Amino acid sequence: MIELSGVSKRFGNTQAVKDVSFTVESGETMVLLGTSGCGKTTTLKMINRLIEPDAGKISIHGQSASDEKPEMLRRKIGYVMQNIGLFPHYTISENIAIVPKLLKWTVEKTRERTHELLEKLRLSPDCLALFPHELSGGQQQRVGLARALVADPAILLMDEPFGALDNVTRSEIHVEFKALEELKRKTIVMVTHDVQEAFDLADRICLMNKGEVVQIGTAKDLLYRPVNDFARQFLDGARLALEFKCARIKDLWELLPQPATIRNDAAFSKDSGGIKDRFQSADLSVWLAITYFNFTENDYVSFILDNGPGWIKTFNFQELSQAFYRYQQQNIHE
Amino acid sequence: MNDRQQTLWNFMWEQKDKLVSQTVQHLGLTFTALVLAIAIGLPLGMFIARKRKWASGVLGFAGVLQTIPSIALLGFMIPLLGIGARPAIVALLVYALLPIIRNTYTGITGVNRDVVEAANALGMNKKQVLFHVELPLAMPVILAGIRTAAVINIGVATLASFIAAGGLGEFIFGGISLNNSNMILAGAIPAAFLAISLDFLLSRLQKLDMIKLKKISFVGLVLILAVLGYKLWPLMMADDDHGHDVSSIGAKLTAGFTPEFMGRQDGDLGLKAVYGLKIPTRVISDALMYKAAYEKEIDVISGYSTDGRLKAFDLVVLKDDKGIFPPYDAVPIVRQTALKKFPQLEAVLNQLAGKINDATMIDLNYRTDYLKQSPERVAKDFLMSVGLYKNPRNGNGEVLRIGSKIFGEQYILAQIYRMLIEGNTNYQVATKSGLGGTKICFDALVNDQIDFYPEYTGTGLLVLLAPAQSLLKEMGQDKEKVYDYVNKAFQQKYQVKWLKPIGFNNSYALMMREKQSKAIRVTTITELKKYIDTN
Ligand SMILES: Nc1ncnc2c1ncn2[C@@H]1O[C@H](COP(=O)(O)OP(=O)(O)OP(=O)(O)O)[C@@H](O)[C@H]1O
Ligand SMILES: [Mg+2]
Repeated sequence: MIELSGVSKRFGNTQAVKDVSFTVESGETMVLLGTSGCGKTTTLKMINRLIEPDAGKISIHGQSASDEKPEMLRRKIGYVMQNIGLFPHYTISENIAIVPKLLKWTVEKTRERTHELLEKLRLSPDCLALFPHELSGGQQQRVGLARALVADPAILLMDEPFGALDNVTRSEIHVEFKALEELKRKTIVMVTHDVQEAFDLADRICLMNKGEVVQIGTAKDLLYRPVNDFARQFLDGARLALEFKCARIKDLWELLPQPATIRNDAAFSKDSGGIKDRFQSADLSVWLAITYFNFTENDYVSFILDNGPGWIKTFNFQELSQAFYRYQQQNIHE
Repeated sequence: MNDRQQTLWNFMWEQKDKLVSQTVQHLGLTFTALVLAIAIGLPLGMFIARKRKWASGVLGFAGVLQTIPSIALLGFMIPLLGIGARPAIVALLVYALLPIIRNTYTGITGVNRDVVEAANALGMNKKQVLFHVELPLAMPVILAGIRTAAVINIGVATLASFIAAGGLGEFIFGGISLNNSNMILAGAIPAAFLAISLDFLLSRLQKLDMIKLKKISFVGLVLILAVLGYKLWPLMMADDDHGHDVSSIGAKLTAGFTPEFMGRQDGDLGLKAVYGLKIPTRVISDALMYKAAYEKEIDVISGYSTDGRLKAFDLVVLKDDKGIFPPYDAVPIVRQTALKKFPQLEAVLNQLAGKINDATMIDLNYRTDYLKQSPERVAKDFLMSVGLYKNPRNGNGEVLRIGSKIFGEQYILAQIYRMLIEGNTNYQVATKSGLGGTKICFDALVNDQIDFYPEYTGTGLLVLLAPAQSLLKEMGQDKEKVYDYVNKAFQQKYQVKWLKPIGFNNSYALMMREKQSKAIRVTTITELKKYIDTN
């Protein structure tokens, strides 16, 4: 658990962070969102004391961060940098082994853990002997993540971890990232200026502007209950995509056609090629669910609710859009 | 060409023992200074990389040290550290410091800030960040600094011979003074070779570094240098030991002779042959010799009889009672083509004939060397006092080029001649003073780079003509005979004419501190020999 209360930081004449307070619960992913220069990185760096706050309190697991030696504190907090920051003179395996070395792990333990992580992050063990400049940007980013995760810290701070990637690769990575077992138990604070990324990955979002917190809440809160014009306008550019991302199939479940509607088996199997004996999870966001449709009238996809057998619904794109439209109406009037 | 090579190789072969010991001394000085410079410069560079506000001050100071002329630096060092290897190493150290400090500083501050921040974020402490991140990444730049320092040191170490620290400079500067090209090359070629190979080796190390060698390269380098310095130190110090307590009366006396004096018939060789003088001797530069005698680092020096420093440092000339130092009458020597081109020149130059005696010259030298008056002022005051000064005519005739060697007396004479020419003719004058030793100045004259310069009969005879021993004996100390001989020989051989002598005789002379000379009652060279033999 991370708690910030009344934290401020000034650089000369720039008030980089002003009276910021928020709490990140254990196992939660909090995303700091905001335009460039609004103080996200500064806020993040104050958590592991790369920057010392001018005022305010920061506590980690209920203990004041300033009570501990900075280097001791940092060894327990994983940090993924905005610019990756791998050591150019270390091989990949040496880069990953930096923290284990500081913690005086045995060589054997370090090697085992390294291989375990490589597998989870889908990096080939061949790259261990290479130097950072010999890897692609995406691979370097994964190594940066491995380096931060190797000692299995309970807390992970990530500063624009996917900043170096293009949009397509980025949304693929988001899916992968969400699925990583390694990350599910962790308390994560992640910085981004990309709203879609925030919506993809956050449990809660902290929207910032000019060093101050504008709104803290879930994606849905920000989308349907913005506190002011700034918050509304900040999301406007990608509103439709965000709405698709925000709603899950199971959220619209009641609005979708009843299962009593028996489908024509022949059309079903013919047009949805191969999906017949598979069901998509109703946990998917509408955004991702759409990718399974071919947008023709006869193209049906089946979704299953995770909690309970037989909760299957089969519908086409049109039916989904109608359900989604009605869902939105409800939200706006809530 | 082949002939020349032959004799150079012959010379090097004959002198191989000396060559080896000089090379060893040279490397020893260089490496010892380099190790010390690294030991001081590296931490200092690391310090100012941490505390940036000190950076400009420290770098500025090291930069100022760098600009001190080497002779001056060696001069400052004599009162503090005496002569020999120690002050030479300190001087080298001073020159090596700037590139090492500067490159350490720029190397560390140039390390990618993201990488340093990552190191901090991962929980490395300051020391770990420095040794595992900043230093290894700065290493190529630091090595480049060490490489620069090493090459500078090989070069500057040739000057170590000025203060009796040995090294290849003994051959180089001895060769220049003695007009001996083979001797110059025997010193210069190995010195150049050392510089090039050291540069090459360090450049290889610089490339290897980082990825393959990381920290090892650096530790290895320091170790190698330390071992070399340690091994070579005793060798270097070997000739530094005798006569350290020379100052106390009754103890052994030490001589400090210039490289030129060491190699001349009318110098050390003559002292040995005619007087049988056996005195522990160290080779030292003319520029620093008087001061070293004054500081009691050495007792007997091979000075010049009209040197102003005789007066400044309370030294006395020991009488040359057996007459081994031939006359060195100062005479302007002129290329004959110049005499034709400038018809009034001879008459003007001869206005000075017989006007300056030994005592006057010592006084004029004293004014420039010790009272720090400018040669121009001293020249003008002198001409006024003898009534020869005329205001310059500011004519716009042809340009006459006056040369001078690189010591005070010659600067004064060049200025006197300039004023005489400008006051009495319409020629314009360019002075090219400070043309190194005899060889450089004379080559400039013969090759039409200058039109005349003041030379000494003895130098013309022994250095430039070098006639047979029998002929020298016959002439002995006879001023006129020597003058006639060199004048005739120069006209035939070089088309250069000796005009009328100026009047003073700047010959070689042995000298001592006046106090010591009185205390041990030594006023002649024969008495000096007796004193040494009985003590
Ligand atoms: N070390 C520093 N010295 C001076 N000013 C700084 C420093 N670090 C940050 N700032 C200023 O503080 C403000 C906030 O910077 P910060 O890096 O926290 O922004 P950010 O939200 O992370 O921006 P970005 O999205 O561009 O990374 C900016 O105006 C920046 O110029
Ligand atoms: Mg930032």
